[in-house]
Amino acid sequence: MLKSIRTLCAAFAMVMAILIVATLPAKAQLKLDITKGVVEPMPIAITDFLSGDQLGTNISNVIAADLERSGLFAPVDKGAFIEKISNPDAAPRFEDWKVINAQALVTGRVTKQGDGRLKAEFRLWDTFAGQQLDGQQFFTSPESWRRVAHIIADAIYEKLTGEKGYFDTRVVFVDESGTKEKRIKRLAIMDQDGANVRYLTNGKDLVLTPRFSPSRQEITYMSFEGGKPQIYLLQLETGQRELVGNFPGMTIAPRFSPDGQKVVMSLLQEDGSANVYTMDLRSRTTTRLTSTSAIDTGASYSPDGSQVVFESDRGGRPQIYKMGADGSNPQRISFGDGSYSTPVWSPRGDLIAFTKQSGGEFSIGVMKTDGSGERILTSGYHDEGPTWAPNGRVLMFFRLPPGSNSPKLSTVDLTGRNLRQIQTPNLASDPAWSPLLE
Amino acid sequence: MRRFEMIARSPVFVALFLSLAIAGCASKKNLPNNAGDLGLAGSARPGSTQDFTVNVGDRIFFDVDSSVIRADAQQTLAKQAQWLQRYPNYAITVEGHADERGTREYNLALGQRRAAATRNYLASQGVPAARIKTLSYGNERPVAVCDSESCWSQNRRAITVLGGAGS
Repeated sequence: MLKSIRTLCAAFAMVMAILIVATLPAKAQLKLDITKGVVEPMPIAITDFLSGDQLGTNISNVIAADLERSGLFAPVDKGAFIEKISNPDAAPRFEDWKVINAQALVTGRVTKQGDGRLKAEFRLWDTFAGQQLDGQQFFTSPESWRRVAHIIADAIYEKLTGEKGYFDTRVVFVDESGTKEKRIKRLAIMDQDGANVRYLTNGKDLVLTPRFSPSRQEITYMSFEGGKPQIYLLQLETGQRELVGNFPGMTIAPRFSPDGQKVVMSLLQEDGSANVYTMDLRSRTTTRLTSTSAIDTGASYSPDGSQVVFESDRGGRPQIYKMGADGSNPQRISFGDGSYSTPVWSPRGDLIAFTKQSGGEFSIGVMKTDGSGERILTSGYHDEGPTWAPNGRVLMFFRLPPGSNSPKLSTVDLTGRNLRQIQTPNLASDPAWSPLLE
Repeated sequence: MRRFEMIARSPVFVALFLSLAIAGCASKKNLPNNAGDLGLAGSARPGSTQDFTVNVGDRIFFDVDSSVIRADAQQTLAKQAQWLQRYPNYAITVEGHADERGTREYNLALGQRRAAATRNYLASQGVPAARIKTLSYGNERPVAVCDSESCWSQNRRAITVLGGAGS
């Protein structure tokens, strides 16, 4: 297992990018405005990359699937293509693409280098303006071909929407097998599209709520090993594990600070209360942020590190509160019907995602950071535990059908109109999205 | 293993263990959740874990989102406390559990709150608090899974486990 993680990370470090100089200056550039709520998906033609084998088609398919899943793009059926691209360096016959209403066109080539690496090149064209919008080439090891496809999809997304993409990312989650009464839970990691699943623990110990470090190839999670449930760190590159702090009781609900230097968590105390603590990973000092006889948990930092949002039942049912990162001035921000939990601050800083329980349903929603402007994005028997894509536009969460204890992962975008299930080998819960890979 | 070592200190328990082993008694793992239905009452050797589970009752139940010890639970805990004082050699772990109609982290904390309330009640009935450990499984170990209160009410529980962790 260790070896596979090392190989994985080594492969991830190997992708290099070179910009292919665009020949024409862009004017009246093709752009999808995604700030206005409901968006009509942009028709885009993604041709098979030229290659001597299946790889060019595979890369094209991964790019198309990424863009389609975002809900912002509608890849045109390859069967409708008129021009067959034989030289991806030359300008295409724009008329052939305009007539099938492809507003954007992607062409490319993948070739094996003498040193065994792959070179992947792409160009993005604005068919109606008749000009190239972007062109880049990448070198990588052959096993990282999916990663190159995700990087290209991110480049296209960014060029056409003006916002960073989120396809070259991974998700750590809990893989579930066994009976519905006694689940076997393993930490697992996969690409954001569900590919390349790898297991990080063996299922012997109950493990929950993994979270990605914002700055390192590292996760924090909760494990019941040794009969004393505690928070751990796991280095993805080495497989090295360590306990976070030495607390007198169970610790739960870990999350990193935005600089990756602290873990915030809750300590379950002998009197039945739960309070929020942080541990500085360098100095090993712990700081108590809340002092209550209630349950304070689910803490999440604002992206600038100055504030912490958390859930508390100090006022009766669980509600969302906000306080300074030193624990100062806690104030309630959720006031709707029902109860609110699992608050997570958006990486853009503008919204807080949450799980809401109301009327026998569990919903995923977002609110502004002062608690106003609540919007419910999904509702069902049990939707729980949102995690943000690094661009703050998509949320992943887990969903259980009624009475099944059989969770699967889904994504939904901020419009609430683009709900997709993620294919995983087994049941899956507790997803946490990585930052964009370096 | 720790449990065997602890039990082995007492000759009575050694004899009990051997007699159970010889009789091929069902392992604890195979006991139905509602041990009272076994019809074994009276046949369990006094002072055995079976005696505790069958004749006393190892678990109490809670209302939704509550850690208040209900009247029926108070009766069970009073019997537990009597028994535990009579057999002081057992280590005690109270496991708190929640139903599935809550979020994972809140349920872990709620399970701990229920375990703590249970321990406090046992202590008020004379069981030394220092003898009782607590552990929460949140909603990770349901005994019944369905989409109605008939299951959820069974899962909102605290179990008094003898001889260490694990139910």
